[in-house]
Amino acid sequence: MKPRYAPYFFLAPFFALFGVFMVYPLFDSIRLSTYSVRGMRNQTFVGLENIERLIADPLFWTALWNTAYFAAGSLLLQLPVALALALLLSNARLKGRNLFRLSFFSPVLISGVFIAVIFYLLYDRRYGLVNRVLGSEIPWLQDPDLVMPALVLAGVWRWAGFNMVYFLAGLQSIRQELYEAAAVDGAGPWQSFVHVTIPALKPVIAFVVITSMIGSFQLFDLPYVLTEGGPGNASMTMVMYLYKHGFEFINLGYAATIGWALAVIIGVISIIQVRLFGVFREN
Amino acid sequence: MRNPVRTTITYVLLILLTVLVLTPLFWVVSASFKPSGEIFTYPPTFLPQDPTLENFTRLFQEMPIIQYVVNSTFLATSHTLLLLAIATMGGFAFAKYSFRGRGVLFAIVLASMMIPFHLVLVPLFTLLYQFGWLDTYQGVILPYLASSGFGVFLMRQFILGVPSDLLDAARIDGTSEFGIYWRVIIPAVKPAMGALSIFGFLGAWNEFLWPMIVLRDAAKYTLPLGLASLVGVYRQEYGMLMAGTLLSILPIMALFLAMQREFVQGITLGAVKE
Repeated sequence: MKPRYAPYFFLAPFFALFGVFMVYPLFDSIRLSTYSVRGMRNQTFVGLENIERLIADPLFWTALWNTAYFAAGSLLLQLPVALALALLLSNARLKGRNLFRLSFFSPVLISGVFIAVIFYLLYDRRYGLVNRVLGSEIPWLQDPDLVMPALVLAGVWRWAGFNMVYFLAGLQSIRQELYEAAAVDGAGPWQSFVHVTIPALKPVIAFVVITSMIGSFQLFDLPYVLTEGGPGNASMTMVMYLYKHGFEFINLGYAATIGWALAVIIGVISIIQVRLFGVFREN
Repeated sequence: MRNPVRTTITYVLLILLTVLVLTPLFWVVSASFKPSGEIFTYPPTFLPQDPTLENFTRLFQEMPIIQYVVNSTFLATSHTLLLLAIATMGGFAFAKYSFRGRGVLFAIVLASMMIPFHLVLVPLFTLLYQFGWLDTYQGVILPYLASSGFGVFLMRQFILGVPSDLLDAARIDGTSEFGIYWRVIIPAVKPAMGALSIFGFLGAWNEFLWPMIVLRDAAKYTLPLGLASLVGVYRQEYGMLMAGTLLSILPIMALFLAMQREFVQGITLGAVKE
């Protein structure tokens, strides 16, 4: 092999896979979204009908609302928890630091399916641990008003330790002199948190917020196993709705349209957040 | 930490939070060993009063869990090895060669990291149908690898740090381009490969939706698929489900304990992702 051709040879595997399994399907999904596809061989061109149907589909809006609820809940609850965990662990002289970090991180290793099974038992109305500790008999998964908060809490348990790792890495890169300078200026712990820690963490916060939002909008396995989208459709998410149309009703055209809606929403949210933070990764 | 009050508060909070995080896992272990009658006692007991292996024996009768462990291991390992090969080769090309189209191709790699996989779920499914790849492992693995742009980008960053003198010296000795890749680049970026492989392995091991769409035959199921199908049939059999959950998360927990450093490093690598 001549050196001139070497780079193309080394890049071939990635670009072959990317072309066949990403670029082609992307174009195909544009085509599919303009068809009514019932099964593999029954396709009729319907133009923009799928989009009209989507806009008029109350269940799509329910799914969007639930997904946005989960994303907002993650943002407001999970990220502060993750930051608090990182702050508690940020002192290098802490005894047992590694053990605490391991414990907080351990849920990240578990597939969403197993997390769903675990919380299924924890949330059980009569025999679950949550109600046992609270001394109540709250129907967490059967009450349409409680099912999304219950999912958000399970999400906090699952992902807080994951985002903690990023915050911890960010905290460790803050130079100690900044805190010393703040102390010299008479800043207390709270002031140095607001004026030193938060500004220095801005890029990490931006990263964590954006990835959490993107991840939240693709929520699937937790509600799929835990509640099957119920009660009613109170915990139906966008990817679940896409899955239902694509792989249960075999309504591929409509499912592709939902996929595009999801992509547009994720894209818009990411752009807004990048603008809001005014920073993004440099390298 | 000179302030003793603050130190005490920190430790108390940390211990409380650790208890909170570990309790669900403790509950899994406890419920796995409870006879089915005890799970449905009110109020629930924290420790099994009458520990039993009944849940595990039933699990082994109802579900070929060893088969699922083998399947999951095979799938995650193949995914990881292919990801490493694609990422190191691609990263090498971008880091150490100048060639026509480099800028455009690299921009494509960066852009590829932004595309949500779920967008192409449906067209990918029809494509696999045309290939006759439904219900095959290559159907699970290869489409997923189209998202290895992150790995290519990551390995490029690391390979940039390998001195080009080493490559030139090898060329003067008559080493082929592939020989340089294999004998110079790969040894130099081994630590980064360790972290990337953890990242890839964990993702493939835990993935649920895509294998569920592709795989039909229950004998090919992975652990998450196997347990999810068990939930469908035995929704009320908590003890058996907990035993299955316990056995399913044990391998990845053991791997985690053995490779903690690479794990945390692998996750932090994600900080440059998306």
